[in-house]
Amino acid sequence: MATIVMATYLTIIIANMGGYVDEIKKAEITESTYQAFMNNPAYKGLPRDQLQKLIEEQIKLEMQRAGLDRPFLERSLMYLWDGLTLNLGRALYMTSDSGSRLVKNIILERLPQTVLLFTTATVINFFIHLYGGLYLSRNYGSKLDKIVVSLAPVSVMPGWFYGIFLILIFAAWLRVLPYGGLVDYPPPDDPLLYALSVLKHAILPITSWIISGLFMGIYSNRTFFLIFSTEDYVEAARAKGLPPRLIEQRYILRPTLPPIITSLALSLIASWQGAIITETVFEWPGLGLTTYQALQYFDIPVIVGLTVTYAYLLGFTVLALDIVYSLIDPRIRSGLPV
Amino acid sequence: MNPLKSLRPISTSLRELLHYKSALIGLSILVFLIALSLYSIIVYPGPKAVAYWRGEENIWIKNPKNAFPEWWEVFSGGKKLPRTIIINSYGGQHSVDIIQISNGIYMLNLSLTFDYYYDEEPSAINVFINGTSGDKIELYWIYPDNRRIFLTNITLNTDKTIYYLSQDIHLNNRLVMDLYKQISSIKYSPTIERILFAMPTYEFKVQKGTYKLVALCMVKNSSKFGLELVLYGRVYGIAGTDHLRRPLEIALLYGTPIALAFGMLSSVVISLLHLIIGVISGYYGGTIDTLIQRVTEIYMILPFLNILIMVSIFYKLDLWTILVIIIALSIFGSGVKTTRAIAMQIKEMPYVESAKVYGASDLRIIFLYIIPKILPTLVPSIVISVPSFVFLEAALSLLGLGDPLLPTWGKVLSEAQSQGALYKGLYYWVLEPSFMLILTSVSFTSIGFALDRIVNPRLKEI
Repeated sequence: MATIVMATYLTIIIANMGGYVDEIKKAEITESTYQAFMNNPAYKGLPRDQLQKLIEEQIKLEMQRAGLDRPFLERSLMYLWDGLTLNLGRALYMTSDSGSRLVKNIILERLPQTVLLFTTATVINFFIHLYGGLYLSRNYGSKLDKIVVSLAPVSVMPGWFYGIFLILIFAAWLRVLPYGGLVDYPPPDDPLLYALSVLKHAILPITSWIISGLFMGIYSNRTFFLIFSTEDYVEAARAKGLPPRLIEQRYILRPTLPPIITSLALSLIASWQGAIITETVFEWPGLGLTTYQALQYFDIPVIVGLTVTYAYLLGFTVLALDIVYSLIDPRIRSGLPV
Repeated sequence: MNPLKSLRPISTSLRELLHYKSALIGLSILVFLIALSLYSIIVYPGPKAVAYWRGEENIWIKNPKNAFPEWWEVFSGGKKLPRTIIINSYGGQHSVDIIQISNGIYMLNLSLTFDYYYDEEPSAINVFINGTSGDKIELYWIYPDNRRIFLTNITLNTDKTIYYLSQDIHLNNRLVMDLYKQISSIKYSPTIERILFAMPTYEFKVQKGTYKLVALCMVKNSSKFGLELVLYGRVYGIAGTDHLRRPLEIALLYGTPIALAFGMLSSVVISLLHLIIGVISGYYGGTIDTLIQRVTEIYMILPFLNILIMVSIFYKLDLWTILVIIIALSIFGSGVKTTRAIAMQIKEMPYVESAKVYGASDLRIIFLYIIPKILPTLVPSIVISVPSFVFLEAALSLLGLGDPLLPTWGKVLSEAQSQGALYKGLYYWVLEPSFMLILTSVSFTSIGFALDRIVNPRLKEI
């Protein structure tokens, strides 16, 4: 938990290096004060310059109240609190689909799409790599094994890069799948058709991630299982004549579970990050595409808000990892030294 | 123990590397890429590439827009696709008759002749006119079968004018009307270029032979007057052109040294920093260790790409500053954890203990005894991680955050993406930078994987 707070804090400090968070705060105060005065009928009759003076005084007061005149260290702690409570201010230009200007709403509206797409992709990848790795470690030295090992290097190329090729083949050339987006236009009314349409649009991005991770993921799991299957206790189990399935489940998978779960969490983290480019390539309206749009509009509050959100997401993944760890690793559960 | 001795595996493993077929392929690609880099640095020294890429002073005005590379002809089914043809009255095939009508006014009969043997019409036609303000010009088009079409009347307002023939709506309307009068049912959609190069038949077929552009001019200064006809092709050079008429080969060539330098620098520097920090953490232990480990854990959940995006949008950085920031953001990475674990084992080895006994300082032990011991095992991962940084640069460019001036592969990709190259069927625009990226990653990873097998022999068995 402390790690999350520290990471968010560091993010905010970096964000405020050019005084950008201060700017956001100031702009927000100025706007809300103006709004309050302009909408207040009590000030309707006042002359313009007098009103202006009143507003300026009020803005000064508000800024003091918000602590903008205090030293940076104190301010940064305040921003940290705002960041942790997702109080991220207002966007300059962007609005959420429901019309809200609050950064929080923009982000929360887009978050589910990102989670939907990339969690699905990561989980699919996880199982393919797990079972692929197990299969190859059983059939190690076979032709398929050699092919996978020799193709492992192609996984350096990131998912979005494969995505471009998939778009080229399936959208531009064969014209069987859409170029990008979330649903067909106009979106179907029937929820089932809607879901199918989303699924159709999700095929290419998910496939691109599967291809990108495939060989390296299977290869590293296979090597990992191979190393473990030469352990003495596995040999002993084999000598006892236990069926191979049982050996796999209890003697290989069970002890390797913690590092495998770690790699799942790490790939989840990587997926949030990689989402930025992949969503841009596929125009998938999640956090990544929002990042891209915020860059186009130069909408700084949104960019800062997104960064803090990502820090949060990553932090919670690690936290969840710790909890899962304590569930599956008896040494941690019983408080023994690992 | 002589610390240099532990470095020997690098040179021996390099020799061993040649036994691997994949490493040989990787090495030859790498040699090719380095040769390409040297070539492009010589052909386009720094500022020249940038100037070319920014297209200063309209240097690319006589290049076709979005032209395919010439080798694309292979996929065109035996058709010969048009190259750009430039004919002018300053040299080459032209004839001119000058008659002086009165003092200071000349009558010019100027004709530009060219052969056209391609199977498709040009992508666009422009006429560049040089003269004096007030000159009057009448342009005619003569087909190989001697049909003659009046094109337009031009009166110069300035000394230099470009007549955008393809965009002349009046001409377009007139030509289409005439065409329908001659042939009632044509089976192709008539454009100016098509009509000017078509046989008078229902189907579109290029009339091959010698064409003429004839200009009847009344000019004030006959020596200054000149015409240039540019028939923009559909293919250009070895890499084609983009939407701003720039030859893509500039960016593809010049992107090579940038990608290699960026990838290798960041990979090497980051790995070395991880190594040093990890060893310090493992060697000293105690408070320093705890501190470094905590910082590493925080660093590992920092949203790296987001912070990078945020910083580069705030400060509009060039490529090398981005590099520094990438390094700064990855100082404490997962590599620190791995090297720390190894360092803790090596710390207990007899040769380190003996060094301690005869009084070697901590720094000496770290830098001359432990680091050289770990370094060779890291080389494969350094080599393997080079492409990921090249792709990182491409990804940043894709978001529009790359270097504002330098032409890079990522930038070509990003422009192709934003111009909808795939949608318009301009596949070469995406395929070429992608091909370079693939070459780079195949080269480094195949070398790296082979090195990995040599340095970590346990992998060789399984």
